[in-house]
Amino acid sequence: MPQEYRLILKYADQPGYSHDLDCYLRHGGYEVLRKSLTLPPKVLSDGRNISAQEQIRDEVMKSGLRGRGGAGFSCGLKWSFVDRKSGKPIYLICNADESEPGTFKDKQIIYKDPHQLLEGMIISCFANDVHLAYLYIRGEFVEGAKILNRALAEARAKNFLGKNILGSGYDLEIYVHRGAGAYICGEETGLIESLEGKRAYPRIKPPYFPAVLGLYMCPTIVNNVETLCAVKHIVAMGGAEFAKLGTPNNTGTRIVSISGHVKKPGYYEVEVGKATLGELINDPAFGGGLRDGRKLKAVIPGGSSAKVFRAGEKFKLKRKAPDGQMTTVEVDLLDLPYDFDSVQQAGSMSGSGAIIVMDDTTDIAEALENITEFYAHESCGQCTPCREGSLWMAKALHRLAHGHGRKQDADYLLHIAKNIQGRTICAFGEACAWPVLSFVSKFKDEFESKGAAAETRHTLSASAGPTREMRIAASPQAGSP
Amino acid sequence: MSTVTEPKPAPPPVEKIKIKVDGREVDVPKLMPDWQGKLVPTTMLQACQLAGVEVPHYCYHPKLPVAGNCRMCLVEFGLPAIGPDRKPILNEDGTPKIIRQALPYDPSLPRGAIACATPISPGMEIYASSPATKQMREAVLESLLINHPLDCPICDQAGECKLQEYSVEYGQSESRFAEEKVHKPKRVDLGPRIILDDERCILCTRCIRFSKDIAGDDALGIASRGSHNFLTNYPGKAFDNNYTLNTVDICPVGALTSKDFRFQMRVWFLKETKSLCASCGTGCNIVIGSREEKVYRYTPRENDAVNGCWMCDYGRLNYRWIDRSDRLKEVRRRRSEGPSERTTWASVLKEISEKLRTAAPGSVAIIASARQTNEELYLLAKLAKRLGALTDSIPRCGEADKLLLHSDRNPNSTGARLTGFLSAEIGSNLKKIADAVQSRTVRTLIVFGEDVARHGLGAPLLKRLDTLIVSDILPSSTAEIAHYVLPGCAHAEKRGTFTNVKGRVQKFMKAVEPPGDARPEWEFLHELVLNVTGQNGFVSIEGLFNQMAKEVPAFAGLTWAALGDTGVAVPI
Repeated sequence: MPQEYRLILKYADQPGYSHDLDCYLRHGGYEVLRKSLTLPPKVLSDGRNISAQEQIRDEVMKSGLRGRGGAGFSCGLKWSFVDRKSGKPIYLICNADESEPGTFKDKQIIYKDPHQLLEGMIISCFANDVHLAYLYIRGEFVEGAKILNRALAEARAKNFLGKNILGSGYDLEIYVHRGAGAYICGEETGLIESLEGKRAYPRIKPPYFPAVLGLYMCPTIVNNVETLCAVKHIVAMGGAEFAKLGTPNNTGTRIVSISGHVKKPGYYEVEVGKATLGELINDPAFGGGLRDGRKLKAVIPGGSSAKVFRAGEKFKLKRKAPDGQMTTVEVDLLDLPYDFDSVQQAGSMSGSGAIIVMDDTTDIAEALENITEFYAHESCGQCTPCREGSLWMAKALHRLAHGHGRKQDADYLLHIAKNIQGRTICAFGEACAWPVLSFVSKFKDEFESKGAAAETRHTLSASAGPTREMRIAASPQAGSP
Repeated sequence: MSTVTEPKPAPPPVEKIKIKVDGREVDVPKLMPDWQGKLVPTTMLQACQLAGVEVPHYCYHPKLPVAGNCRMCLVEFGLPAIGPDRKPILNEDGTPKIIRQALPYDPSLPRGAIACATPISPGMEIYASSPATKQMREAVLESLLINHPLDCPICDQAGECKLQEYSVEYGQSESRFAEEKVHKPKRVDLGPRIILDDERCILCTRCIRFSKDIAGDDALGIASRGSHNFLTNYPGKAFDNNYTLNTVDICPVGALTSKDFRFQMRVWFLKETKSLCASCGTGCNIVIGSREEKVYRYTPRENDAVNGCWMCDYGRLNYRWIDRSDRLKEVRRRRSEGPSERTTWASVLKEISEKLRTAAPGSVAIIASARQTNEELYLLAKLAKRLGALTDSIPRCGEADKLLLHSDRNPNSTGARLTGFLSAEIGSNLKKIADAVQSRTVRTLIVFGEDVARHGLGAPLLKRLDTLIVSDILPSSTAEIAHYVLPGCAHAEKRGTFTNVKGRVQKFMKAVEPPGDARPEWEFLHELVLNVTGQNGFVSIEGLFNQMAKEVPAFAGLTWAALGDTGVAVPI
């Protein structure tokens, strides 16, 4: 029976734990920072000197830590891309814009244990020779920004931040910057543009990779709140120890946000891959199961941008057999291990770790309408396919959900979504297209019958004219196979 | 005698990369100039252009920073496969294996790269005409058209609209859009010369980048979010710099329109004539759009040595006077104090030639505008030499801006000097001439293209002359009292050359017919010069120019043909 493994949220919910510095210090706070700053250089057999900073970066690489913001990209690898030779200052930005629908894990850290984030952030900055860092927090976290600013002031007062931190000679300043209510500010280059005071239009890559041309065109690291907290624990226990938690290539713990039609929605910290999706939904230690008398209909495994799973789905996963050979195993939805790789192999992603559960009282078209409204509202509008397509899909679903659909709307929606993914400046294209692609294709029967029912209603009604059959088939292409 | 330049040392060899465009191998330079002329890695779009393959695009412009937002230039491409040992993987026949790039999360779907911003790499294959590329373009066009208003019948841009053109070439013929279109502000008064239609705008941001990075006026931006994005000027600040109308040129659709040209003429009716702007000494290259002897608009023409592909608003709008109804259209003669009467060219030229032939040396002065052409000033210089005449032009100055508008508002001050018409600094002889008229040393004054009454030679003074010969295009107080009025041409009504402030000799062509009896000044000047000096010349502009080039040291080696479309620089 899997249980929570509270590494980051170890103390946050304990009675009497508060977010002030004294409480943090009583629980061993800032000792890991002290350890990092006093780490002696390692001398290799060939005489090479490995600095403290490099050692910490190596530990993070060894730990196999993958970004907790949604992409799951190797943190150590991301840090290694930073251009350390340009002569320009290196910046680090903590992405506290938590806006992925269904996600509420970073909020817990910020509101309950902000100093852990600061310690992890300061260690990460030290490891990357950063002397000026920013904490970009979503505007809606009004109290959170105040808490962070108070925490920063406390840290400064005790010399954990500022000039000559703990006498090490290392200087670092951190500023909090509040967002103003845009999901696209969670996109790393959108965030950078916003931080620079401009409209949050993400940058094209190439050439504007943040590791080379980021904030003010200087090398920049953008990391999620939870990722930075994990860095503290990696330095504390060592990369190899951290890698023992979780499962191979999916190391450590992550905080899962479970919401929707479960008895116990909330946040739970688990070792990556040690709990299955079914356990997270049904186990009394986590979601506690569906409401009485209800059956599972759909699950979104990683925030609304992730592709939905239909209840009863089975997946063919590649697994390494004990003899080392790759085999294919059929896995039921509920038995899917909740980690980065398995969920991706199953055709979706674990994203920000937000599981949204829908039972059989859900009208799928209405659920999708809700989701597309969000994306239509949040599209920045910079590039053509997303700007036009996101609102187009929302309008179509609104029409479908409100009784003016057509049987062909299912294919119509798939066509629109297919023309957005892969054609945009940033991953928002995928984010707004994948819900439509997955919901419509996996629940096609529901969408088509809803549309057909509306058409029948309209042709039966006296005022309706004949439905004009729109040509939906792909245009003939010269020379196409 | 060759013009000017000594042989330059050979430039260093250009490093090239081999790639394939639509299956054809091409060698393209590794680096090419960016919008500022700096050498940067060649993009796929530039490589395709060199290979002769068009990649459709909206937001890209060679003279603006890259934006990459329209997504129209998406092309399918392939890259050489690299093995785990970092060495290229080869096919059975030894050629490098090329992998068609696909989406990382769905390898069955091709991945496109935006050609305007993606650098080429050795061995890359660009499939600019593959079915996948065509589908990507079709999809972008579909997206652009779903909210685009059906304004073609009333939109100025029709006929030169990239949305129309690409729809025909790459788009669909039917729309499947079944929703209500997004509505945005229409007929927005963006500034004194621009009207904006936000519904037509495809948000390519060319105008924003132009205004900020070229004109230096960060005046435009996008407001609101997502599909409701709309272009607007900075709140409370009208879009009003001297280059606003260039945004109308670069706008791919009819979102930004010129108040001056709006609804005036369908562009496919316009005859396009290569010409020059004559409003200052920069000499921006332009195209005159005219129909049936009426000029409808000026647009800039590309010349990297002069104006890039821009022109200023002041020069662009300075054409409406050409068809003023009070243009001088008649050859007129006045005998002493009597009224002037209409007459013929033959008659006045005969009389004038006689008067000049018999004039005492030093008794004639010539004031010719620095708006006259090189050829006209060259002919006037011959006359002046023969007559021992004092000469001058009227200086015309204004505030220069940081981009194109020069403080010298005459298009040909340099020409006036190089042709030998001016013997001293422009404007420095005016007082001498005025004194000479006063003292009756000068009895005959020839005026070309200036209202000298407003520049120190008032009517009472002019009335002391025996003969006042005026050639001009619009009525003036000088022409009013002239003994001979010879109606001349606007530069749009004749051919000729100007020399700009940097010494570039550029030619302009004739767009419209002059009104009434007006004639190009060089034509009747040629006759006068022949009659007075006995020197014959050529009756074609080409011949006249070539003759001038032989006789004027500064123009040595030039020929009319060699001037081409972009002119030739001479030392000044």
